[in-house]
Amino acid sequence: MGKIEMNISRRTFIRSTLATGGGLMIGFHLPGSEAQAAPVLAEAWKAPVDGVEINAWLTIDAKGQVTIRCPHTEMGQGGMTSVATLVAEELDVPWQNVNCVLADANRFVTRGQEYKDMSTGGSNLVRNRHPHIMQAGASARERLKEAAAKAWGVDRSKVEAKQGVLTSGDKKGTYGEFATAAAAVTLAEEPKIKKYKDWWLLGKDTPRMDVAHKVNGSAIYPIDVRVPGMVYAAVKASPVPGGKLKSFNFEAIKNRPGVIAAIELKQTKTKLQNADMRSAIVVVADSFYRAKTALDLMPVEWDLGPGADNSYEKMNGLARELMNQEGKHAEEVRGDPRPILAKGGKVVTGDYARPYECHVPMGTPACVANVTPERVDIWSFTQNVAATLLMAADQSGRNPKDVFVHGVYQSGAFGLGNAIDVVRQAVEVSKQIGKPVKLIWTREENILQARSRPPIWAKFEATIGDDGLPTAMLARAVGESEVPDYADRGIANMSYKVPHYRYERQVVPTNIPVGPNRAPGNNNNGFTIESYVDEMALAGGWDPLEWRLKMTEGNEPWQRVLKRLKEVSGFTTKLPKGRGMGIAVVESHGSVVGACATVEVTRRGALNIEKILIVSNTGYCINPRAAKEQVYGSCAWELSHAMYGGLTLQGGRFQNINFDTYKLLRMPDMPSIESVFDMSENNWWGGFGETAGPPTPPAVANAIFFATGKRIRTTPIIKHDLSWA
Amino acid sequence: MAFTLTVNGKTHDVDVEPETPLLWVLRDTIGLTGTKYGCGVAQCGACTVHVDGQPTKACNVNAASVVGKKVTTIEGLSPDSSHPVQKAWIEHTVPQCGYCQSGQIMAAVALLRKSPNPTDREIDAAMADNICRCGTYAQIREAIQTAAKLGAA
Repeated sequence: MGKIEMNISRRTFIRSTLATGGGLMIGFHLPGSEAQAAPVLAEAWKAPVDGVEINAWLTIDAKGQVTIRCPHTEMGQGGMTSVATLVAEELDVPWQNVNCVLADANRFVTRGQEYKDMSTGGSNLVRNRHPHIMQAGASARERLKEAAAKAWGVDRSKVEAKQGVLTSGDKKGTYGEFATAAAAVTLAEEPKIKKYKDWWLLGKDTPRMDVAHKVNGSAIYPIDVRVPGMVYAAVKASPVPGGKLKSFNFEAIKNRPGVIAAIELKQTKTKLQNADMRSAIVVVADSFYRAKTALDLMPVEWDLGPGADNSYEKMNGLARELMNQEGKHAEEVRGDPRPILAKGGKVVTGDYARPYECHVPMGTPACVANVTPERVDIWSFTQNVAATLLMAADQSGRNPKDVFVHGVYQSGAFGLGNAIDVVRQAVEVSKQIGKPVKLIWTREENILQARSRPPIWAKFEATIGDDGLPTAMLARAVGESEVPDYADRGIANMSYKVPHYRYERQVVPTNIPVGPNRAPGNNNNGFTIESYVDEMALAGGWDPLEWRLKMTEGNEPWQRVLKRLKEVSGFTTKLPKGRGMGIAVVESHGSVVGACATVEVTRRGALNIEKILIVSNTGYCINPRAAKEQVYGSCAWELSHAMYGGLTLQGGRFQNINFDTYKLLRMPDMPSIESVFDMSENNWWGGFGETAGPPTPPAVANAIFFATGKRIRTTPIIKHDLSWA
Repeated sequence: MAFTLTVNGKTHDVDVEPETPLLWVLRDTIGLTGTKYGCGVAQCGACTVHVDGQPTKACNVNAASVVGKKVTTIEGLSPDSSHPVQKAWIEHTVPQCGYCQSGQIMAAVALLRKSPNPTDREIDAAMADNICRCGTYAQIREAIQTAAKLGAA
């Protein structure tokens, strides 16, 4: 498929790559056969581990060293540590004896999906997958016990398994001694997993296992992988999503140093979904710099398509018209508020909007693909190695059993890794040129090609009763046409029990693809609804914290967070002008999280966020230390977009496509953060990876209101004049 | 053009266009991939290395311009992650995805050389060029203070 123009005369790249690669090449193994393709062999940072496989999740070697296979990606969220602690808890083995490697996607796809699921996202790893992950450890432990029981001629119930040692009376043996026998045991019945009160490892602070590889340059990300004979590819997709390549002039660059080929990638489907390949042009050379430079110099013409007429201004104009019309999608959540609103009285309205944002993980998406007649090897930016494998198989036209996706660290992903065509691009290029290729997106391509976080518009209207509380409320959100239901999250299912509540949604058309981005939907909607709640509360003469307590009566997880916020934050609306505190609470990804921001704003409008307090209620927490790190991180994530973000959409394409113009939170802007956990512990598991983000921007905006009297209705906040007199 | 670079105390003969950014020569030609590409326009600091001891964005420096100078990358900081800044980074479990951390560590080492006991304000100023999307800034501040106590200078 596509058009390929190859520079046959230039073969020197092979020599130069080999000459310079040699001794410094990172030492991963290219597994030669399925048997050798055990996941540990593909890991650049782990020595191969000899051991007996007890089940798909773990091996135990003679010395009792346990290697746990993590089916989920490690993108900084602590996925490997989470899986390893969940398994080790049940296995009951000393933590220092535990290793973790990334599990093999090929095995998963070809041997009955033993890991159930290899996707990573939605803060799902612990909250929704702990039962089957813990089950794997429990099952292994019982099989070890059964092996010992048989050897010792006792009943399994008489064998204790603790900290890597099996005992029964005066009999004693290690897990390592019984590993081989245990591997052959079939249990009549699988054991039940442990209850919270019986944990010995979970619930404690466990330092993340991947840290040591990340302080010396040895952690390998897709962009770092080097394969013998590898060439490099730079790619440009249509700058206007939906556009198509019209022409390119390879003649103009073919004599540049190291240039090998220019390859057209054709859009595969009329209506692009998640990871379908879009129209793009690739230049292949013997180094990435040469490929990128040549691509930048090559004359390329695009048929930009109808998307070129799109702009944020246009979308914003239409959205603001639609906000005042009845929504096409409507849910009467608790009775029709419209007759009550029509009667007038004390009515409060508020409208809010947030723009497009991009994930921009620090490492741009990259993929190394090696398509050979026998097999396909992949090292890719992804949040789901199994999905990546199937995509590579589809693109190369191979049987999935011949495709191997190797475990590498992910350079941040934040949702982008679940909706990306980088693997298709790399596979297609490798297939066409018959060489291993490393394809890298530049930062500019990252912002232009990513499935961005969608914008949101929302208008709320409520009638306030004699007690100062709302009697009827109408919420109208406007989403965009690609994934409109992101607009619903947190609004349609708002937790405040307004007696009459109706939710409506409208949609504005766009050419920009969108996808998940750390706390999708809630990241935007938390700002809209929690800013408006303050407006409602203040209009009724209520303290915003007391209002939230009142309106969530009987909702234990919310009450717990609000009461703790009240206790710890010292929240008050009575600070002198120029200073303010603001609160907000958002329920998302199975967790309820509250924020209290304290800000100072000078008369001239300089904002200083002094502190953000986060109170999280996620039910159970398996690793408070790692959880706190996620709280800090997701708080910074949302603060970044709320303060500085906003992609400028003009001519159907984003205009601010690198960090000189798309601004992000930096060290001097990072406020002091305090993280408090207050857990309901009623057999409820919530998510941690993204839940502290959504309440942060509205807490800051509400604090700014108390400091200045100015209500923030759009982000980025930095664009607002915060001066006061 | 062929020229010789001194990186982490070793000399490397390279043959690239002289304007090739040091970043890509380190990564693709010499094979030291610890130094990362983040933006290519000296805005994110992921490619921070030391050139004659000074923190430098390797994406923004022509390779030929560092001939005769000493380049130090994350791989050259210590053979065994024993530099006080690396030790402090481990103690505070600073890295999350870890991609920006080579640059963060190189910036922190340069700061501590100049100011062995930095104030928070000095830390903020010195680290402002380095973006972390995982939001590890608070842990970086703490780790720099710990490294100062360990005697990083």
